[in-house]
Amino acid sequence: MTCKYYFCLYFNLNHFYTTISMISIKSVSHSYSSVLRISFKDWEINNGDQWLLLGESGSGKTTLLHILTGILKPQKGEVKMDGTSVYSLSSRALDQFRGRNIGIIFQRPHLIKSLTIKENLLLAQSFAKLPEDPERINEVLHSLGIVEKKDAYPNELSQGQLQRVSIARAVINKPALLIADEPTSSLDDKNAIAVLNLLLEQSGLNQATLIVATHDKRVKDAFTNTYEL
Amino acid sequence: MSPIKISWKSLWSKPLSSALNIMLIAFGTGILTILLLASTQISQKLDNNSKDIDLVVGAKGSPLQLILSSIYYIDFPTGNIPLKDAQELSHSPFVKRAVPLAQGDNYEGIRIVGTDSNFVSVYKLTTSSGKFWSADFEVTIGATVAATQKLKIGDTFFGAHGLTGSTDVHKTHAYKVVGILTPQGNVTDNLILTNIASVWRMHDDHEKEEAAEQHDHKGSAHHHEKAAGQQHEETGVHRKQMRPDQAGQDSGREITALLIQYRSPMSVVMFPRMVNQSTALQAASPAMESTRLFSLIGVGVDTLQWFAILIMLIAAISVFINLYNSLKERNYDLAIMRTLGASRGQLFQIIIFEGILLTLAGTVIGIALGHLILQFIGAYQESSQARLSGLIFLGTEIYLFVAGLAIGIFAAIIPAVQAYRSNISKILSKN
Repeated sequence: MTCKYYFCLYFNLNHFYTTISMISIKSVSHSYSSVLRISFKDWEINNGDQWLLLGESGSGKTTLLHILTGILKPQKGEVKMDGTSVYSLSSRALDQFRGRNIGIIFQRPHLIKSLTIKENLLLAQSFAKLPEDPERINEVLHSLGIVEKKDAYPNELSQGQLQRVSIARAVINKPALLIADEPTSSLDDKNAIAVLNLLLEQSGLNQATLIVATHDKRVKDAFTNTYEL
Repeated sequence: MSPIKISWKSLWSKPLSSALNIMLIAFGTGILTILLLASTQISQKLDNNSKDIDLVVGAKGSPLQLILSSIYYIDFPTGNIPLKDAQELSHSPFVKRAVPLAQGDNYEGIRIVGTDSNFVSVYKLTTSSGKFWSADFEVTIGATVAATQKLKIGDTFFGAHGLTGSTDVHKTHAYKVVGILTPQGNVTDNLILTNIASVWRMHDDHEKEEAAEQHDHKGSAHHHEKAAGQQHEETGVHRKQMRPDQAGQDSGREITALLIQYRSPMSVVMFPRMVNQSTALQAASPAMESTRLFSLIGVGVDTLQWFAILIMLIAAISVFINLYNSLKERNYDLAIMRTLGASRGQLFQIIIFEGILLTLAGTVIGIALGHLILQFIGAYQESSQARLSGLIFLGTEIYLFVAGLAIGIFAAIIPAVQAYRSNISKILSKN
């Protein structure tokens, strides 16, 4: 965290002279087969920004998100985060880096079915090698309005509640970067707006940079920064 | 949330398939435990009961039967031998000590054995209370007999004819308990010991009764021939002898068998041959017959062992399939765990732990089940001489644990490696 604050300070002092970005991708391209190669425009994301990643399905949205989150090494190019070249880390260090610094929200909640809501969140803390902190869990669940579901199992919750839990899981470790992949596409208008507001609110609350990848037009207006594929 | 706790939770989330796996392993381990315990206990009992006896001399017949009846008190005796011949053998220079045995009666299924003080020295018996038998119809009873039949010193009881069954009771004389043996951990715990003369006298009078009865019901069936069955034909010191006029004359007397301790190792070679060739008697070596008996049982033990191993193998495959299938359902879960910061190694551990937890639970339940079943078998066993106990724990059972652990790891290794090597980006982009 100190590093992040330090970065903020650095950014504030210098932002008239240089653009210091928290995340940057440079000349990144990837291909799943020899025929189709996806090249991505360079992208610099500043600390605390809220970005919309727009693109039709099949345009490489998920690929780019996977590259950003450190689970897919691009064939070419470099990804930097907080000054660290992400793919130069060892596999183990990368796993831990991801656990601590990146929170991911998927299209569907995907909680571990055999564990309660609380245990799912404890899991996120312990996998990131952070101390288990029930206070923090209560705090996050409370801010999302689902604290009373703490001891329930995922199959006892509604789809909307599950999506909230998955947001809770993503922000539990106060990540620097919060990434949501099509978080609203399976929700109705009312829920989509609610989830979007939660994402914006939580990223602000946790001082996290937010990237929302979507092809959902309903989401568009909430963002000023847009990266289009 | 340690990996082991995640594994534990994951197993509990599908109780049916976990229970099936545990059950299969428990059956396999249970059978192996029973075999291990039973064969160890049987061979221990065989050794324990025959360790100081070098040879048994009895009537011609099956040597195994002779050993079983005269050392383990399980089978029926092969017949009787003349006391005169037995005495001659007892005085042979090869023999250090000879113990005469006279069987033929029982009390509640416990054999009444007529013998002399040599029996006490051979089995190194001591009494926990009272004294050894001396006068006719005095008995010293084994520790287990005292406990199960609730007999104490001064009690009297009537023996029944034959080696089992209590239909034909000798009402003429009552035995009187004068001593109780200290527990020996061998066959003597389950015997009633008296002197040979008591057995003879009991049957002298019995013969008289019988003769009278036969006279009264001429042509009718021997009333207890049926009841006492075959053993009446074969056993007992009382057949075709002991008319009242012969009473007191050793010449016509018979005993059931003679237990022999050799004077020197030389006797091993000479004595059995001498007995088998120059007399109408048979000599059988307990060591040899025990080995033969065990090799006969061994075939069955081996078969069961392979059967148990087969079950364990099926269990291993079942655990493997269970983990492999659940991995297919769960690889999205595992990929999510990776995005939360879990390393490949941690996923590997989670799967391996699941395998180990399943098989270890199965092994523990199996071993417990094995002991429990053996205890039940022991409780319902007819022959008290070879009673098995489920309360004995062996050091070798630790190997069953090791085997369970190995099977768990073996069954989980392929799914675990798959979890380790899974491409999370590919899995996550599929849904």
